[in-house]
Amino acid sequence: MPERTATIASRSGLHARPAALFAEAAGEQPVEVTIAKVGEPEDDAVDAASILSLMTLGAERGDVVVLRAEGDGADAALDALVTLLETDLDAV
Amino acid sequence: MQNLPGVGVSPGRIIGTIRHMPHPVSEPPAGERLAADTSPETAAAALKAAAGVVHNNLKERAAMASGDGKAVLEATALMAKDAMLLKSAVKLINAGTSAERAIWEAGASVSEMLHNLGGYMAERAADILDVRARIVAELRGVPAPGIPTSDTPFILVAEDLAPADTATLDPAKVLALVTSGGGPQSHTAIIARSLGLPAMVAARGVEQIPDGAEVYVDGAAGLVVLDPGAEQQEAAQAWADNAAALSAFDGNGTTADGHLVPLLANVGGAKDATAAAALGAQGVGLFRTEFCFLERDTEPSVEEQSAAYKAVFDAFPGKKVVLRTLDAGADKPLPFLTDATEPNPALGVRGYRTDWTTPGVLERQLFAVAQAAAASEADVWVMAPMISTAAEAARFASLCQAAGIQTPGVMVEVPSAALTAGSVLRNVNFASLGTNDLTQYAMAADRQLGPLAELNTPWQPAVLRLVQLSVVGSIEASAETGTVKPVGVCGEAAADPALAVVLVGLGVSTLSMTARSLAAVAAVLKTVTLADAQELARLALSAPGAEEARAWVRAKLPVLDELGL
Repeated sequence: MPERTATIASRSGLHARPAALFAEAAGEQPVEVTIAKVGEPEDDAVDAASILSLMTLGAERGDVVVLRAEGDGADAALDALVTLLETDLDAV
Repeated sequence: MQNLPGVGVSPGRIIGTIRHMPHPVSEPPAGERLAADTSPETAAAALKAAAGVVHNNLKERAAMASGDGKAVLEATALMAKDAMLLKSAVKLINAGTSAERAIWEAGASVSEMLHNLGGYMAERAADILDVRARIVAELRGVPAPGIPTSDTPFILVAEDLAPADTATLDPAKVLALVTSGGGPQSHTAIIARSLGLPAMVAARGVEQIPDGAEVYVDGAAGLVVLDPGAEQQEAAQAWADNAAALSAFDGNGTTADGHLVPLLANVGGAKDATAAAALGAQGVGLFRTEFCFLERDTEPSVEEQSAAYKAVFDAFPGKKVVLRTLDAGADKPLPFLTDATEPNPALGVRGYRTDWTTPGVLERQLFAVAQAAAASEADVWVMAPMISTAAEAARFASLCQAAGIQTPGVMVEVPSAALTAGSVLRNVNFASLGTNDLTQYAMAADRQLGPLAELNTPWQPAVLRLVQLSVVGSIEASAETGTVKPVGVCGEAAADPALAVVLVGLGVSTLSMTARSLAAVAAVLKTVTLADAQELARLALSAPGAEEARAWVRAKLPVLDELGL
């Protein structure tokens, strides 16, 4: 299954506005994308399009996360989402 | 034309159309099952459709909002159609639970999860409960909870308003507030005065007026008139013309004969303080420090507190700022200080008393205050809430001294403190009368209860007598110690221009109020001499009841009617 790692760049971590922007973008992808903190078992990965799941993940700035997706367009979707995570969304 | 009386709590005469606040969404009964003719698939589809509508409504509101409010609404909109929330609700529906109950329970468990994470997440826990209520309202086909949205400004009618409603109350859209419940000290009254909106409470029958009806509201007299005529049109126009004069205060509180009465502001944070300074406040008579602590699971650090206090002090360089130490308990519970299971919280461990059960928090707060005071140019005075005895006052003074605070004082809210003011004031430098709680305790009447509104007014001669006794006690203590011990008022009473005159006549030396009321109080005060005020105080004290006291004093102050106050 295609996967990517990304380092959270937003100052406030992956909650508040950055989480909303990221969840919305994940929901617009043609494939289902999951997110987990690096090192955590794949079974604990949560739906990247769910803002509530993202908030309970509690990823702070500098944390490394793993994104996973399968199917047509998975690679392009993951690349787009990694770019978003590695942007300081609080500054946008 | 039909009149509906109530209790006026914030002046203003205005004509507008009525919008009713929907009733809060009631909890779907525990164990509520799917109707016999509804399949889980149909129920799940209905839930998703309702969630979609709520999502779109919140998104539309977000598009119109700006700043922090916009970000919160955007996130809340996403919660409405969140996969995690809907999946756990659908799971319950598949097990036979009704859609309403399913989303209610799913929302509760997500909210609890967020709450337990603390910090920013905990603040969002309430948003998920709001989303849940909106989805249930949509499923039931009833209006969404909260303040109605409208393109044109309206008069908001509700049973009562909660502190949380202030956050969503847009003063540009709401012309006036009218509630069927609540008393003169209820949150509705406090919110209205701080926003400068005309308001009346305890208006029984107002809920029967149809949505969209045109009415006239007089927030000083406490009157709603249905189908207003020429007389009301004129009164509303005159109020609008006067409004400009009543919003400018020159920063010089005085009677006609030059007896100075500094007019101070009640503030809850740096934003309030800056606004109050701009409105001419001569200082701060009540700085509530709860904002630093509320909605927190743990105590803020000394550094964090000190920075927050300094931000308020800095708005008043060279002027007096009276800070009240943490007043937790009763209507302001704090998980790390107060016991939510107390049977009678208003008579429980609250205010200064929390220092007995959780020692240390007060000392650290005093330390933070001293640090902030040393770094600012404000003249910082510090007082403890809910002091009942002279021994408590003396102990508070020694805690202040240990922290390096020069001017310790006490709030007089408990009748025992007023009755023994002479000895209470011996060991501290000043007293400030908190008339809201003083009235509640003197009359044994809960501030929030509409049916007790008549008891719950500071015009009660018993309350005025307690004010008088506090002043007499301060004169004794001043003579005994050779230091002047001023008595101020920082309750809602000070914002009522007629009562403000009476308080000055009783010997109160400063008045502190919501900054919006400064100009109106100053305008009335400068029409009377100190001797007039003393005469009006004697008149009020001699009245058999609150209604007579108010009516007698108002009759001697025709300026009130001229200004619509």
